[in-house]
Amino acid sequence: MSILVLAEHNNKEIKSSTLNSISAATQIDSNIDVLVIGSNCDDLANKISNIDKVNKALLLDMPEYENPIAELYEPVITSLSQNYSHILGPASTFGKNIFPRVAVKLDVSQVSDVIKIIDKETFVRPIYAGNAIATVKSRDKIKIITIRPTSFDPAAKDGGSGNVEKITAEKINTAPEFIGREESSSDRPELGTARVVISGGRGLQSADNFKLLNEIADKLNAAVGASRAAVDAGYVSNDYQVGQTGKVVVPDLYIAVGISGAIQHLAGMKESKIIVAINKDDEAPIFNVADYGLKADLFEALPEFSKELDKLNTIQK
Amino acid sequence: MKIIVAVKRVIDYNVQVRVKADGTGVEKENVKMSMNPPDENAVEEALRIKEAGNANEVIIISIGDEKSQETIRTALAMGADKGILVKTDKEVEPLAVSKIISKVAEKEKPEIILLGKQAIDDDSNQTAQMVSAILNWPQATFASKIELKDNEAIVTREIDEGLETIKLSKPFVASCDLRLNEPRYASLPNIMKAKKKPIEIIEVGDLNIDIEPRIEQIKVEEPPVRQKGVMVSDVAELVNKLKNEAKVI
Ligand SMILES: Cc1cc2nc3c(=O)[nH]c(=O)nc-3n(C[C@H](O)[C@H](O)[C@H](O)COP(=O)(O)OP(=O)(O)OC[C@H]3O[C@@H](n4cnc5c(N)ncnc54)[C@H](O)[C@@H]3O)c2cc1C
Ligand SMILES: Nc1ncnc2c1ncn2[C@@H]1O[C@H](COP(=O)(O)O)[C@@H](O)[C@H]1O
Repeated sequence: MSILVLAEHNNKEIKSSTLNSISAATQIDSNIDVLVIGSNCDDLANKISNIDKVNKALLLDMPEYENPIAELYEPVITSLSQNYSHILGPASTFGKNIFPRVAVKLDVSQVSDVIKIIDKETFVRPIYAGNAIATVKSRDKIKIITIRPTSFDPAAKDGGSGNVEKITAEKINTAPEFIGREESSSDRPELGTARVVISGGRGLQSADNFKLLNEIADKLNAAVGASRAAVDAGYVSNDYQVGQTGKVVVPDLYIAVGISGAIQHLAGMKESKIIVAINKDDEAPIFNVADYGLKADLFEALPEFSKELDKLNTIQK
Repeated sequence: MKIIVAVKRVIDYNVQVRVKADGTGVEKENVKMSMNPPDENAVEEALRIKEAGNANEVIIISIGDEKSQETIRTALAMGADKGILVKTDKEVEPLAVSKIISKVAEKEKPEIILLGKQAIDDDSNQTAQMVSAILNWPQATFASKIELKDNEAIVTREIDEGLETIKLSKPFVASCDLRLNEPRYASLPNIMKAKKKPIEIIEVGDLNIDIEPRIEQIKVEEPPVRQKGVMVSDVAELVNKLKNEAKVI
C-alpha cells in the first residue's frame, strides 16, 4: 500500500511542514504520493515531485482552490483514499482544519500530533500538554495522521524523480467564503523552523518593549516568539505564540525573557536543545527547565546582552 | 434560534498531571476537574449572541460520566438555559463524540454549534471539524471573533501565519479560541437558579451509535525530564557560556 501526504504551501513555495510530513511518511512506507491542491501551482508541483523519495505529485489546480478551505479540500482527499493505507499531513492549523473532516467521512479515528512512528499502526503522541506521552495503536483500516513537524527532520528538497499527475474534482457549494488573510510579515526566520528563538512574556510590559527582543533577534538571526499572556495583552500578534495552544518550537537555542514558564508554555518549547531564561523572580518555574538561568531585570539585561553580542562580533571580525 | 455548546469535563489546567505508575493513563482520582478552558469561551459566546437578541436558547451538551453534570451546571450558572448529558462511563474518542453531538443536533435543530478548539486532556483538536463534516454545515475553526449579520457570520480565525477571515452562512459550526472573549463568572444568584434548570440525561446506548474506541492506548509514560541547568551571575557569563560551552551562538 502507499501513503498520501497532503502538501502545505502558498501556491508558490513548499512549506517546511510538507518536508517534515514526507520524512515522517518514509518511516512508514517507501511508496509516497503527495497531493498538491491549489491554484496556479504547476511550478510548485514540479518542485514537490523532485523531493527525495516522492513517487509522484497529484495536482489539483483550479482557481477555487487558491486558499485552503477545509470543506473544499476534504472531498478531494476522501475521493483518493481507497488507494492508500495512510493519509498524512502536518498538525499545523492548516492540517488540523482539514484532516478530522477526512477522518470522519471515512469513519476513522484520527491520530493527531504524532511525534514518533513505531510501525505502520503504532504511534507516539503527547497528551495533557506534553505532561504525558501516549503510545497508541490505530485499529482503523486507513490511518489518518497528523504529525508534529518539529519532530521529524525535513526530507531533502531534491533527489527525487517523481512525475506530476493532474487530477480534477467536482465543485462543492457549502463552503465558506474566503475574505482575507492578515499575515505578519517579517524578514526574520520562521518561528517553527528557526535555529534560535527569543520569546517575550508579560514581563516585557508593552508592544514597544519588544524592540529590545527584536534587536537581539536580528543579531542572532533568531525568530521572535511570545507567551500567550504577551499575545493576549496585545504586545504581539497571535502567530508569535509558543505553547500548547500556539506553536511548538524546537530550536538549538530558546531564550525566554520575562516568561514565568507555565506548563502550557513549556509544552511548546521544552524540547529545545539549549534553553536560557531571563527572569527577575528566581522562583519562576522556567528556571527548572533552563540550561542557563539569569536572575535579572530584563530591562537591564537585554541592552547588555545586545552589547555583549556586538563585542563577540567585533572580535570575530 | 437555538445554539448548542459542547463542554467537556477535564482535569483542571492548573493541576500538575501525574502519569500512573502502571502506564495505563494519568491519575484522575482526587484531582480537581473543570470545564475545558476554551469551552468556557464557547459558552460565553453563545450567551452574548443570545443577549444581543440573535438567539433565544442556549443548550449545553456534555458526553461523559454522571459527574459531567457538574460541568453542565457550571455552564447553566453562567446563564445557559438547559443541559443534555449523554451518559457513558467509557472513554469516548472525538469520532464518537462528534457523532453523538450531530445526532443530538438533528433533533434539537440549532443554527449554531459552538465547541472548544481543543480539549486540554487528549489535545486532539478534531471534534468541531468532524461535527461540521457529518452535518455538512460549514466550519469556522480557531475562532477569535464571531460577528453575526442576518443569516451570515464573519469569523476571524487564528492560523499559524496570522489571522484569516471567512464568511459563512447558518447553520454553522465554530470552534473557539481562548481569545474569543473573556468568560464571565457565575454570580451566586445564578448558581442558585442553575440548580433548577433542566438537565436531560440520555443513555449513550439509546442513540445507536458505535462508540467503541478505534485507537488502543498501549501505554502512557512520563515525558523525559530535563536536567536543571545552572544559574549564571551576569550577562557576560551567559554570553560566554552560550558561545564557548553550548556553542549555540
Ligand atoms: C488552555 C490553556 C492554554 C494555554 N496555552 C498557552 C500557550 O500556548 N502558550 C503560553 O505561553 N501560555 C498558554 N496559556 C497561558 C499560561 O497558563 C500562562 O498564563 C502564560 O504562559 C503566562 O505568560 P507569561 O509567562 O508571559 O506571564 P506571567 O506568568 O505573568 O509571567 C511573567 C514573568 O515575567 C517576569 N518579569 C516581570 N517583569 C520582569 C522584569 N522586569 N525582568 C525580568 N522578569 C520579569 C515575572 O517574574 C514572571 O515570571 C494557556 C492557558 C490555558 C488555560
Ligand atoms: N466528551 C465531550 N463532551 C462534550 N464536548 C466534547 C467532548 N469531547 C470533546 N468535546 C468538544 O470538542 C472540543 C474539541 O475537543 P477535541 O477534539 O477532543 O480536542 C472540546 O473543546 C469540546 O467543546
